[in-house]
Amino acid sequence: MIKTGAAILWECLEREGVQHVFGYPGGAILPAYDALKHSTIHHVLVRHEQGATHMADGYARASGRVGVAVATSGPGATNMVTGIATAMLDSSPIVCITGQVGSKLIGSDAFQETDITGVTLPITKHNYLVTRADELARTLREAFYVARSGRPGPVLVDITKDAQQSSCEFDWEAARPQLPGYRPDLSPTAKEYAQALELIKNSKRPVILAGHGILVSGAMREIRELADRTGIPVAMTLLGLGALPASHPLNLGMMGMHGEAWVNHTIQDADLLIAIGMRFDDRVTGSLKTYAPTARKIHIDIDPAEINKNVKVDMALIGDVREVLREMMPQIEAADCSDWRDHIDRLKGDSAVRDIQNLPDTGHLYAAHVINDLWRETRDDHTVVVTDVGQHQMWEAQYYKHDHPYSLITSGGLGTMGFALPAAIGAKVARPEAEVWVVVGDGGFQMTMAELATIVQENLKVNIAIINNGYLGMVRQWQEFFYERNYAATPLLNPDFVKLGEAYGIRSMAVSERAGVIPAVQTARRHDGPVLIEFKVEQEDSVYPMVAAGAALHEMIRRPNPLEERAEDE
Amino acid sequence: MMNTFVVYVENKPGVLTRVASLFRRRAFNIDSLTVGRTEKPEVSRMTITVDADQDQARRIEANLYKLVNVLLVENVTSEATIERDLAMIKVAAQHEARSHVLELAGVFRARVVDVSPESLTIEITGAEDKIDGLLEVLRPYGVLEMVRTGIVAMRRGKKSGALAAATNGTATIAADDSVSQSV
Repeated sequence: MIKTGAAILWECLEREGVQHVFGYPGGAILPAYDALKHSTIHHVLVRHEQGATHMADGYARASGRVGVAVATSGPGATNMVTGIATAMLDSSPIVCITGQVGSKLIGSDAFQETDITGVTLPITKHNYLVTRADELARTLREAFYVARSGRPGPVLVDITKDAQQSSCEFDWEAARPQLPGYRPDLSPTAKEYAQALELIKNSKRPVILAGHGILVSGAMREIRELADRTGIPVAMTLLGLGALPASHPLNLGMMGMHGEAWVNHTIQDADLLIAIGMRFDDRVTGSLKTYAPTARKIHIDIDPAEINKNVKVDMALIGDVREVLREMMPQIEAADCSDWRDHIDRLKGDSAVRDIQNLPDTGHLYAAHVINDLWRETRDDHTVVVTDVGQHQMWEAQYYKHDHPYSLITSGGLGTMGFALPAAIGAKVARPEAEVWVVVGDGGFQMTMAELATIVQENLKVNIAIINNGYLGMVRQWQEFFYERNYAATPLLNPDFVKLGEAYGIRSMAVSERAGVIPAVQTARRHDGPVLIEFKVEQEDSVYPMVAAGAALHEMIRRPNPLEERAEDE
Repeated sequence: MMNTFVVYVENKPGVLTRVASLFRRRAFNIDSLTVGRTEKPEVSRMTITVDADQDQARRIEANLYKLVNVLLVENVTSEATIERDLAMIKVAAQHEARSHVLELAGVFRARVVDVSPESLTIEITGAEDKIDGLLEVLRPYGVLEMVRTGIVAMRRGKKSGALAAATNGTATIAADDSVSQSV
């Protein structure tokens, strides 16, 4: 059948199972928008193309399906860069469709021309420039396949205006992907399995490091079985939270720069690390020179390029995490490590007294209280919390006890402020039955708050909790600890967030006392439209513990003892 | 140490940029990179030499494989290979110097490909150190201009199974045990 490139685009997306796209029109993508009326796909009009990419990302992370963002050439395409880089570092499968100037104008610096395949080359898993309609179908099929297979990631397809306008024969079946060099399906050899099993069997102080790869590969049952069968404790990365229920007795909690102290001590004392679907990011290792000095290391990951990148390992099992764990499971043997677990319990007991949750209610509102109360109210399996980047993100990771997979969406690798609000829109579109909460700082919120209009326009029930401390809080914390409290450019003059929300027609309220948190959360849950709550929290609270950049993992800055601190106050 | 990679890639626009960009992004320093056609029109072949330790070399290989257009990577550093570099050297050669230069070219089995009243242009093909050797002895006469192609390398003996599969454009490469996918 003869079709235009524009029609082929939407038909291919439909055949790939796409129901929603997030986009913003413009000159070079207009032929595609013109053809949208014949498609079943729902188009969400965003307010900025960065928002479109974060929405596609949130959509992908909430559902496991490929998220799609659409933009025009030039500025439309370059506005996507931050969202693409975010998806790249967190292995999120998105396909970005951009319009491009006509193929004859390429290279002429035409109006709104940018070499977007050149710009995004290092931040995409792969990208394409399509200049002919008859290349579109195969390219789009390849793009979706590459985005979701192996280690997922963003793929950009740049389509010239004339490729959208011209017509050609469309044959989906014939347009099969041709990727002779692409090999997403690696698996370890029997010998490698045997060596890894031997290391596990001989270990007395093992710890599992559970990362995002478990969620990506859907290995939640397998990781649980591994822990249950062996009794090996499990430490979580930020993006791994939810892979094993927080309430599971072997789940230690989060590791790393703002991980629990006992988790970091456990890693430093261990004789074996079993790293699963994680990549030894500098935020989880601290100084590499002193990282887990007594531990052998097994690394299970789908990406061969991650092996020995940051941490030298003794054994690598390269393959899909779920497949690898399934293969290992029948043969796995571990020594009794109850002494080791007792040791960890002792570490834990020391840390718990410093927990801010144990502070009595003095009327002051701490972000940790807000998040813990939010968790108490919403801890069922339908809640998805989408966090931004900074202090509130770390407090959320510490005090919201994620018992369910895919219940936390956050920008880990790139640390993209402004991610939360649009990503939450994507998550809500992907899972309309889920209760979606945005937890965002006053700084990050203002980076992408234009998407409030998208929420209202799409009539999405998204709840927004702004943790307002009047600062770029995490930067302020670094200034407090490492730059002698020189708060350069971190205090924020903020708008009235309640009035702002109301201007968009969003029910909005402010809370400044601890007693007000739960009623506000309950009101938000009962209201059948979007709700914005501004929580005015302690301005100079810091996230503890903290491993300073470059310090050893066990050298943490700890929360000052609350009893001593209060004595000083009085 | 200097590592030599033979890399088969799809012959498509932009693939050279992808490979070059990878080395830049991961901060690996390319010493030389050559690219050209192969016996298959849809496949190009690169020879890349890069200064890297064993561990870095493994990561370079793994990262090259992550490029969708890369078909096969062979680190031939420790293999029996034939390596060739081609240089054209324009050297000042007037009066009595001319006969000296001609003599030196003869010793190195290099060919004179252009003659002018002031200079001789010498073409030499060989391993890198041979060319370096000629350059060394010509330098006192005055090297006016020089161009080198960079190394091209080929394994000795018969074509490997993996290589045949890659250049046949089939997707069976991953199944071949001779390709190291792991550490």
